Amino acid sequence: MEPSLYTIDGIIILDNDGKRLIGKYYQNSTMSLKEQKAFEKKIFEKTKKRDDEILLLDGVTICYKSNVDLIFYVVGNSEENELLLAAVLNCVYDAISLILRKNVEKRALYHHLENVFLAIDEIIDDGIIMEIDPNNVYNRLAIRSEDIPLSETNLSQFLERAKEEVKWSFFK
Amino acid sequence: MHKMGKKDEEAGNPFQNVDRSTALQEAKKFHETPLRPRLCSETCTKVIYLANQGEEFTTTEATDFFFAMTKLFQNNDITLRRMCYLTIKELSKMTEHAFIMTQSLTKDMNGSQDLFRPGAVRALCSITDPTTLQSIERYMKQAIVDKNTAVASAALISSFHLCDRAYDIVKRWANEAQQASSSDNQMVQYHALGLLHHLRKRDPLAIEKLVVKLSRSGLKSPLAYTLLIRIAAKLLAEDDDRTALFDFIESCLRNKNEMVVYEAASAIVNMKNITHKEIAPAVSVLQQFCGSPKPALRYAGVRSLNKVAMKHPSAVTACNLDLENLITDSNRSIATLAITTLLKTGSESSVERLMKQISNFMSEISDEFKIVVVEAVSALCAKYPRKHSVMMEYLSKMLRDDGGFDYKKAIVNCLITIISESPESKELGLMQLCEFIEDCEHTSLATRVITLLGDQGPLCANPSKFIRFIYNRVILENEVVRAAAISALAKFGAVRELTDSVLTLLHRSMVDEDDEVRDRATFYYHILKLKDDKLNSQMIINGLVVSLPALERQLAGYLEVCPEEPFDMKTVPVMAVKEEVEKQATATKKKEPSRDEIYAEELSRIPQFAALGPLFKSSAEQKLTEAETEYQVSVVKHTFLNHMVLQFNCANTLNDQVLKDLTIEVEGADGYEPTSYISTEELVYGTPGKTYCIMDLPEADEVCASSLSCQMKFIVHDCDPNTGDVDETGYPDEYVIDDIEISVGDHIQRVLKPNFPASWEEVGDEHELEETYHLSEIGTLEEAVKQIITFLGMQPCERSDKVPEGKVHHVLILSGVYRGGHEILVRSKLVLKDGVQMQLTVRGTDPTSVAVVASAIA
Repeated sequence: MEPSLYTIDGIIILDNDGKRLIGKYYQNSTMSLKEQKAFEKKIFEKTKKRDDEILLLDGVTICYKSNVDLIFYVVGNSEENELLLAAVLNCVYDAISLILRKNVEKRALYHHLENVFLAIDEIIDDGIIMEIDPNNVYNRLAIRSEDIPLSETNLSQFLERAKEEVKWSFFK
Repeated sequence: MHKMGKKDEEAGNPFQNVDRSTALQEAKKFHETPLRPRLCSETCTKVIYLANQGEEFTTTEATDFFFAMTKLFQNNDITLRRMCYLTIKELSKMTEHAFIMTQSLTKDMNGSQDLFRPGAVRALCSITDPTTLQSIERYMKQAIVDKNTAVASAALISSFHLCDRAYDIVKRWANEAQQASSSDNQMVQYHALGLLHHLRKRDPLAIEKLVVKLSRSGLKSPLAYTLLIRIAAKLLAEDDDRTALFDFIESCLRNKNEMVVYEAASAIVNMKNITHKEIAPAVSVLQQFCGSPKPALRYAGVRSLNKVAMKHPSAVTACNLDLENLITDSNRSIATLAITTLLKTGSESSVERLMKQISNFMSEISDEFKIVVVEAVSALCAKYPRKHSVMMEYLSKMLRDDGGFDYKKAIVNCLITIISESPESKELGLMQLCEFIEDCEHTSLATRVITLLGDQGPLCANPSKFIRFIYNRVILENEVVRAAAISALAKFGAVRELTDSVLTLLHRSMVDEDDEVRDRATFYYHILKLKDDKLNSQMIINGLVVSLPALERQLAGYLEVCPEEPFDMKTVPVMAVKEEVEKQATATKKKEPSRDEIYAEELSRIPQFAALGPLFKSSAEQKLTEAETEYQVSVVKHTFLNHMVLQFNCANTLNDQVLKDLTIEVEGADGYEPTSYISTEELVYGTPGKTYCIMDLPEADEVCASSLSCQMKFIVHDCDPNTGDVDETGYPDEYVIDDIEISVGDHIQRVLKPNFPASWEEVGDEHELEETYHLSEIGTLEEAVKQIITFLGMQPCERSDKVPEGKVHHVLILSGVYRGGHEILVRSKLVLKDGVQMQLTVRGTDPTSVAVVASAIA
């Protein structure tokens, strides 16, 4: 295998109907849009039922991971180091999980699409791995504080914090 | 974005109703004062989302959006700015006006806001072309060594992308990249290494130095390690004499990170000349992977072991137990690889059990893996000939199952190999294939099988049984298959007892609606009706052996001049039988024109060679220098009717020299006399050049093997490797290279005769010569066979190049075409007795060439 920084052929996120949420294909991939859609359909058929984590299809290795109504894929050459692909997949998944506060599902993903795009851009730049530590990715995003969703778990945390602050203001 | 309407939220996709025009309309928000960053970044998100869905923006749309976006740089919201960078990268390909962003981005790149800088570098490089690159070169150099690691990484990878467009400029940044490679940051280290390697790719020595240095100092990043291992492995593949590199890779087997360990193990098992002892530690690492709870690790382990099993089956035997556990793995990919590995390493007794397990889940796996399985079965057949009948049964079952073209092709190939390897399974195999073509939707496979039936069927004990299958095709199939079937039928017709019945069948096809089918039927019908064995052999069984593209070219040339005399078939170069090329694992290999075709094309472009006539044969490349010398020369011998052209491929490995007026002078001997040279004007570092020498060939009856000494003459000009400036004054120099070996084989083209006995009789004993030789230096029959084939350069027929084990006598039959289009057939009886005794019988259509070949081995 020719040594190169170009290691990743694509990152795809599909929903539970096989619809593309994110489909980034890089340098090494020469698929046309039509071929991409056909490819996505094919991998979705192969992966929707079983969570095998890794698969060889059409001459490429695909590492994947699913959660609730999303499936995350990282695509690489069939000769590529599978563990490297798996590491990238984990980084993508974990970084998104941090952004979505562990609430990895379609609706939340749509609501943070902006930061998800930025995160993927911080992980892969046109086929080159930029970062594989999800915490570094998350920290670089510098997400606006008010973007943190007010979900139920957060609400209790928020109340907790408010209580603390009120308490301290009394002590002052 | 959380201010989306409630209705949209329920639909799950807030972007459902976004389309191109509404998204672009929203760009007018960019002009508001004060700017609302959140709304603006939402618009950018929509645009990126659409681009991601495959939506194409027109050039005007993209340009307008770019112009609107320049406003956004007045606001300092971090997320908004980054969305701008991302949008620029996404849309930059769709407009040629991307450069309007240059100024804003350059400002951000050198600004004080650290969160802007990396993104700005990347966006800037994505819109930069080689001409504008020079203006930011200074900033790029600074950025590469910036103490902010994110900026350094961004600059390094952007440089790597730019190499495609502006290699010469990026090359000048190698020193900065070198400095960055000793960074403490993992990613910077990795990116710097990648860039450095790319910039020094053409200089193996510098790369070796780099690898040795980095491997000593130790790296922090596992990614950099994997890259370094890959670079080291590539260097080793070119020259395996670098023990330091091997030691480095071996030491990586003990790395803490699994990714690095795996990369090292897979590099070791993929090395070409690896010994059993060296491979053992890598195999044991892979074995451990097979027991991991993580599927990716198990997959990686078993995939690599599968590869090892092809070359070193015995090394994998120790892992058989672990592999058997993986057969029931829930991941089908892993299970299949495990089984096929076992098939390669397993013993004869376990074959049947494994085959049964495979057929259980054959329907669940993808075609890729089915092909892997078929290949494994194929390898197994070669190993255990006694299991042919069992395998055949499974293969024919697989052939009947559903599957794509590639899968079916793999099975048919495997069956054909079995048929040609073992005579006892031939009849059975042919019958299986007959059944297959009864229901085969792939035209190319059907024709292939039919042609095979035509070649092999008539040699079977009871050829008439195949005729029904073939004739069915004539009735039912499309014209391509029909035509192939007619040719196959004709071959059966050449068998005396069947001639009359085949004539009846052919007669019916003479009214076929397709031209080709009708023509073939008519042609064969009239030939067969004459019942002339010699004619049958010439026209039907052994057919035409010329190279078709060459024939086409020659005929076109003939028609242009329209000379009086009839077209001479003998001037057409014969089709060379491809020497067995190692099968490449890559499934998607493009079809390339044959080597001879490329040469013929190249030579025809040089006017001096036009007078020599058509190219007869081109030899393989022969190296005339050692691998490490400063100039590298190799020679290809092109044989024409009365001349030989020596093509020298030269390369200059010194980057501070340019060679001008380079010729290679050849000293004539044994009737090979050089008459003219074509020199190469300039030979620059890194670009190979060609120079030619035209030689007269010796008189027809004096042709023999020879070796010619030669010398390279040229004028050296010094040059500056950095700027490429060449010194005006040069001095002449010469350089001695190895002798060129010419053998009798250079006058003969390999040609395969499907039916050798028929040709042997057809040529007759008019010009037969017989010689007896005693080859005292050769100890085994295999060696003798190999030597004779390379010496005469002829094609072994009927697999007579394979000597059965334990035999003391063997008959080697060879066929070829001598320069000038004269057929040559050789039968060589070999007996092992104090060395090897050989009785050589040569037949041919021309007495001189027969004499040359008969006296060639001395």
